[in-house]
Amino acid sequence: MTPPQLRLDVRRTGREGRIVEIALAVPSDLGYVGEAVELVATQCRDAPLSPRRLRFNLRTALAEALANAIAYGNRHDAAKLVRVRVEVLADAVRIHVTDDGDGFDPARVPDPTVPENLERENGRGLFVLRHLVDSVSFNDKGNDLCLILRAG
Amino acid sequence: MSFSVKKDQRGGTGAGGVVVVGVDGQLIVGNRQELKQKVLDALESGAKKFVIDFTRTGYIDSSGLGVLVSLSKKIREQGGDLRLAGLNEDLQTLFELTKLDTLFSILKTPEEAVAAF
Repeated sequence: MTPPQLRLDVRRTGREGRIVEIALAVPSDLGYVGEAVELVATQCRDAPLSPRRLRFNLRTALAEALANAIAYGNRHDAAKLVRVRVEVLADAVRIHVTDDGDGFDPARVPDPTVPENLERENGRGLFVLRHLVDSVSFNDKGNDLCLILRAG
Repeated sequence: MSFSVKKDQRGGTGAGGVVVVGVDGQLIVGNRQELKQKVLDALESGAKKFVIDFTRTGYIDSSGLGVLVSLSKKIREQGGDLRLAGLNEDLQTLFELTKLDTLFSILKTPEEAVAAF
């Protein structure tokens, strides 16, 4: 069976058709992460981010957020989708990643840089995210992540 | 995104050579198993010296970092060594902030990494 294609919904504004919002629903399969990241990043060309931050920070942060939502939020359940909504503002890019899971408490994630955790294969996602973007916040339930990359 | 595997015989011929794996594009949750399998296959065939070359890599997520940690452990258990090379400034920063720069031997270029064995 051919896997479903990812489809972006893009909202534009003004006579030049500048992209202001991008929406994407991603099946809960980690194999989609790379393609989803490229689709979104390519549409962010009007975003007020340097080429370097667009190439590295935005892509890595979105890959982290999607992987967490698919694996820990939706627990790889093929019937569930992860929803991505990107707002391209004049002074920032705001990314929302929402899953159908029960959420989690980010305060309970252990520090991956202490010696006893350094050789663990997993557990660096949230730590890396916090260093890549200017703001990381969750809704109360913990299943909706909001990332902000400010202009620059 | 793909991986290239080549054998550099400067460190010795046959199993004594250095396996250089190039990461083209990104190393993330969706392709990390492919890299892991390529390295484990070479390890199984007797290779002991490995360089992972990130010269052509755009980004690495935490799953990619995790697979490198896991491979490094497996290679060390077999008496081998894994080195990393070609990290750009952003990737170098990623290793530093996660303190993984203390776990890996990181060289500037793949040529330097091969020569250092």
